[in-house]
Amino acid sequence: MKSVLYLCALALVLIFATWAYQVNYRTKSEMDHVSQLQREIAHERQILAVLRAEWAYLNRPERLRALVEMNFADLRLMPLHADHFAKISDVAMPRPPMPDDIDGLISGLVDTAAREAEESEGQP
Amino acid sequence: MIRRPLRPLARILRARLTGEDPDKIEAEARAARMRSLRAAEKRRAELRLWLLAAVFLAAFASVGGKMFMLATTEAVEPVASVNTSPIVNQRADIVDRNGAILATNLVTASLYANPQDMIDRVAAAEGLAQIFPDLSAADLLRQFSGTRKFIWVRRKMSPEQQQAVYDLGEPGLQFGPRELRLYPNGAFAAHILGGTSFGREGVHAAEVIGTAGVELAFDTYLRDPANEGAPLRLSLDMPVQSALEQVLAGGMALMNARAASAVLMEADTGRIVAMASLPDFDPNHRPLPPSSGDPADSPLFNRAAQGRYELGSTFKIFTAAQAMESGFATPETIIDTSGPLSWGRFRIRDFRNYGPRLSLMDVMVHSSNIGTARLAAAMGTEAQQGFFGALGMLEPLTLELPESVSSNPSTPARWSELSTMTISYGHGLAATPVHLAAAYASLVNGGLRVRPSLLMNSPVPSEADRIVSPQTSANIREMLRAVVVRGTASLGEVEGYEVGGKTGTADKPNPQGGYYEDRVIATFAGAFPMSNPRYVLIVTLDEPVDTTGTEPRRTAGWTSVPVGAEIIRRIAPLLGMRPNRTELAPVVMASQ
Repeated sequence: MKSVLYLCALALVLIFATWAYQVNYRTKSEMDHVSQLQREIAHERQILAVLRAEWAYLNRPERLRALVEMNFADLRLMPLHADHFAKISDVAMPRPPMPDDIDGLISGLVDTAAREAEESEGQP
Repeated sequence: MIRRPLRPLARILRARLTGEDPDKIEAEARAARMRSLRAAEKRRAELRLWLLAAVFLAAFASVGGKMFMLATTEAVEPVASVNTSPIVNQRADIVDRNGAILATNLVTASLYANPQDMIDRVAAAEGLAQIFPDLSAADLLRQFSGTRKFIWVRRKMSPEQQQAVYDLGEPGLQFGPRELRLYPNGAFAAHILGGTSFGREGVHAAEVIGTAGVELAFDTYLRDPANEGAPLRLSLDMPVQSALEQVLAGGMALMNARAASAVLMEADTGRIVAMASLPDFDPNHRPLPPSSGDPADSPLFNRAAQGRYELGSTFKIFTAAQAMESGFATPETIIDTSGPLSWGRFRIRDFRNYGPRLSLMDVMVHSSNIGTARLAAAMGTEAQQGFFGALGMLEPLTLELPESVSSNPSTPARWSELSTMTISYGHGLAATPVHLAAAYASLVNGGLRVRPSLLMNSPVPSEADRIVSPQTSANIREMLRAVVVRGTASLGEVEGYEVGGKTGTADKPNPQGGYYEDRVIATFAGAFPMSNPRYVLIVTLDEPVDTTGTEPRRTAGWTSVPVGAEIIRRIAPLLGMRPNRTELAPVVMASQ
């Protein structure tokens, strides 16, 4: 009976010792992992800072202005002007439904295109 | 275990047959059994001893092994937890009011050389000279061939340059990490940002310290790790500042001015939305302060917050405000403007003769020196000092710029009655354009004194800061509007934004004494929209001359005012302000 008790106690000691050993090592490896992650985060942050700096550099007003001037033919971007503000009430209601016959449709489209071309030319 | 009997029957019977003593057999068997028992006991005892020895050996071995480990490995502090504090930069970013980056950090490298580790000194020197055009191969080679074992080659460099140095493959060239302060927008807002330099320097790190501008004013804040890298948020608005700088530079060139400055301030809070001083510089390569000549001619000099100028007739509105606030006059009060006004040997003249009398409103509209001087003289010197003091025109700026500590307005040594008269129209008292902006903001915003600030979280003025009544403020707004509608600042009209303002053309003081005949400081101090002013704009041009007419024109109405109007035209839409007009052309989208 006694020896059975001893055996049980020994087994328990072994089990707990193994458990403690494993927990200890798991903790250490987790700590290593955390510090490695932190190193990675620091690295990523550094990269992020570089990207942000580059983004800011690419978006500097001087460069954007030069790009706008270079691409003026395509984009026709002008400085924001007081005329660009409008009221919702100034916007016309949607046009009435399209005429059913094909002739009316085509002439309507041609009119719109002509007017738009005229307007864009009229702009300074 | 098979137990053998002590008296085996077969042997006993055989012994009995032969007549031997059977007891002998028993004794023999007993002895054999005893022997085997003893042997087994001995084995067990030995085993125990061995076991004990093994346990002791293991114990001593583990202790010894641990000691060996401790002796041969580097000591590591035992840790109970991993450091979880956030990783922050050495120096916080600076951003504008919308979060756009104005200053940030970039990790680059510094380059140093250990000549004793070098393989090919000549090739290294030549390679470096090729990568960095400002270094000379001969100088480098001389340094590498000397006795020094450590030589700084570069304090900072770009990642591309670092890669190029790597590609040289020279083991004697080493890198140390460096945080580089980067101003991605170049010369943008240079005087506000200031600049940085390296403080204490080592191989593995270097302090970045502010040397001017907000970098210096907020040096402690920017470097405080307790802020966890929270950026410093300025009240600047990047698109507005950029447009202001561009238009101002264009205006300065058109008006042939030597220099220019502009301040755009929120009328209600005193926060500076944009501030420029031209010529400017690139804070990434901040030039050294000039060793000779007038420091005020250096690009480093902030004309808006550091430069004190006699700002001319823009001061007249202060006299008008003082008169209306003290109940001395109303806008309709008739003022004697017959001239010239003589005071001893001194004569005060108007630009033109405006007749014998004008209402106070018209004195402002036509900018009559005589009328303003008479009004100021009638109210007295002390009253003027009191009112200018309340406006903040007699104390240094509280702006968050280290340069502004020297902005204490220069006042006459003896504030005589003549000084009172000249100061009333802006001569004899020199203040910075930011002073003027703050005073105009205080007068037009309903009468609460604002304190200029570059921060988004600056305190807002309260009723305790009241300097003039709302009624006086309304009268001033009306006067400033009238100056633009039918007065000296008529070129300042911007359709839809109800600009109001006052011009000021002041002769520049000659360092040899007296004033120059043909050099002026032309100032436009304005606010918009006048029905409820949101922004105050000050434009100052140094020695402008408009040569488009038949004769050169130097007055502010022909120089600063058009520049100011163009600035408002550009920035008011950027500030999200809708033009106030009813006749706006409707946008046609549908065609019929």
